[in-house]
Amino acid sequence: MTGTAAQSRGTLAIETQGLTKRFGDMAAVDGIDLSVPVGSVFGFLGPNGSGKTTTIRVLLGLINASEGSWELLGQPMPDRARRVLPDVGALIEGPAFYPWLTGRQNLVRFDAAGPDAQRSTRKRRIDDALARVGLTAVASKKVKTYSFGMRQRLGLALALLRPRQLLVLDEPTNGMDPQGTREIRNLTKELAGEGATVFLSSHLLSEVEQVCTHVAVMSLGKLLAQGPIAELAGAAATRLRVETDDVAVATQVLERLGLAELSVEGTTVLANLDGHRPEDCNRELVLAGVGVRSLTAIRPTLEDTFVALTGEGFDVAR
Amino acid sequence: MLLAELATLFRRLRVKALLGVLAAIPAALAVAVYFSGGPSSGRGPTFLDQVSHNGMFAALAGLTIAIPFFLPLVVAVVSGDAISGEANLGTLRYLLTRPSGRTRLLATKAATVAVFCLAATVAVALGGLIAGVILFPVGRVVTLSGTTISLAEGMLRTFAAAGIVAASLLGLASIGLFVSTLTDAPVGAMAATAGFAVLSAVLDNVPQTRALHPWLFTHHWLSFGDLLRSPVQWSGIVADLRLQLGYIAVFATAAWARFSTKDVLA
Repeated sequence: MTGTAAQSRGTLAIETQGLTKRFGDMAAVDGIDLSVPVGSVFGFLGPNGSGKTTTIRVLLGLINASEGSWELLGQPMPDRARRVLPDVGALIEGPAFYPWLTGRQNLVRFDAAGPDAQRSTRKRRIDDALARVGLTAVASKKVKTYSFGMRQRLGLALALLRPRQLLVLDEPTNGMDPQGTREIRNLTKELAGEGATVFLSSHLLSEVEQVCTHVAVMSLGKLLAQGPIAELAGAAATRLRVETDDVAVATQVLERLGLAELSVEGTTVLANLDGHRPEDCNRELVLAGVGVRSLTAIRPTLEDTFVALTGEGFDVAR
Repeated sequence: MLLAELATLFRRLRVKALLGVLAAIPAALAVAVYFSGGPSSGRGPTFLDQVSHNGMFAALAGLTIAIPFFLPLVVAVVSGDAISGEANLGTLRYLLTRPSGRTRLLATKAATVAVFCLAATVAVALGGLIAGVILFPVGRVVTLSGTTISLAEGMLRTFAAAGIVAASLLGLASIGLFVSTLTDAPVGAMAATAGFAVLSAVLDNVPQTRALHPWLFTHHWLSFGDLLRSPVQWSGIVADLRLQLGYIAVFATAAWARFSTKDVLA
């Protein structure tokens, strides 16, 4: 898909314009313009309380937007919800089931609740979905006997109950064991391979980095950045890291070369590379008589970008 | 969707237990009459003193005993849970994104609660009938007016009575449905609904609020007994059904107005 095609209308799986949701005085979602290209695996990042889940709830028509408009799969929402939502699979804030029904009975109940029952294919679709998430063996056990990870899998089975063009997965690996997390990652790739757009909200950056083609970062209800992951990850500066006993001289040399944001920690000097080649820096350091123990160019990770955008704080923002 | 909804409701242990208790009430009553022996003084509740003559009356006596307290309580539990229970489980968000449609979901819930009201009264009638047939003689039925009708017609009128009691509960059920759209806490909705039933019954027994009496949804609850007169006295039953329709119209509309625009955060 070309960039121009992705920007034109109709090739965006999710598009919002000035989407705002206020609870009283507080804007939980504050005028966001989200563009999720068709076919992307889109990581939706943000600290706790940044408005990710509220955005997802508005997108799916669970709560009313205060302002702004949005489209899903090229259809205006919430007017076309009845037509669009059958093509959208969702896992919102964890799975929810009737504990007194079996896994299979739960899937039947939700499938039957839609406007397009398709009863003739139901059994096959449920069998396929259960097999896909590895729950076939416990399908006729009551959900109250399921572990949290099993419920999460059943939630995914529900999202996969029919062919979907868009999957909205809110923290899908929450509460899963490492093996389950791996399976989810593979499943996400598989679904994307089949042509579905996957909108994945997460706070696990390594997770997002491994599967996503695009990312958006939210903080305090605002959309701070969005785009292809390579562009966003590259936005933070590449750092040069020098280990030496001649810290003072090394700092002078790097300063002379014009490297910014120098910092010293013990026997380590850090600086922004700002387009300088690491090998040039090394030569200058050695010529100045600095004993270089090691010299590394540190490429920025998504985490660096994320922290640069949202800040270090561990506290919930509000 | 209605079938799936009904299956979800009636597979629940709580609902099975409630229906079991309802069926046990008239059965226990019949056993009590059996062991107390012989015809009573005639000062007991309506129909109770006829049970020992004709076991069929255990069903009607059961309805009379159950309607002031047990049936409203059970209906409050199921109707108050209708929407708030889904919100509490979190299943509401998955139903709505399926999408079930808010109006459609509410209509399905209303129909399910109505079916449950009927199931509840039929459980009482069946429990009484079975116990009555086992413990007492059964035969031609003497009506409250002193005339005699065939057993078949008596049975028919008994089940018609169960149907009318079920319909009498629909006003309360629609209040419960409305309350359940207001909260995500099912216990609160159940308690509030049961509270309305108690309030209505209390006001109906206070002479000072006589002006309110015809408008209380509990006021005509015992009118089903008029089915056992000869000829059948329809006026009380008609007034009852008309009043219930009024409550349904008001509270179903309120429930719809609330639920169709509500932010679902659960």
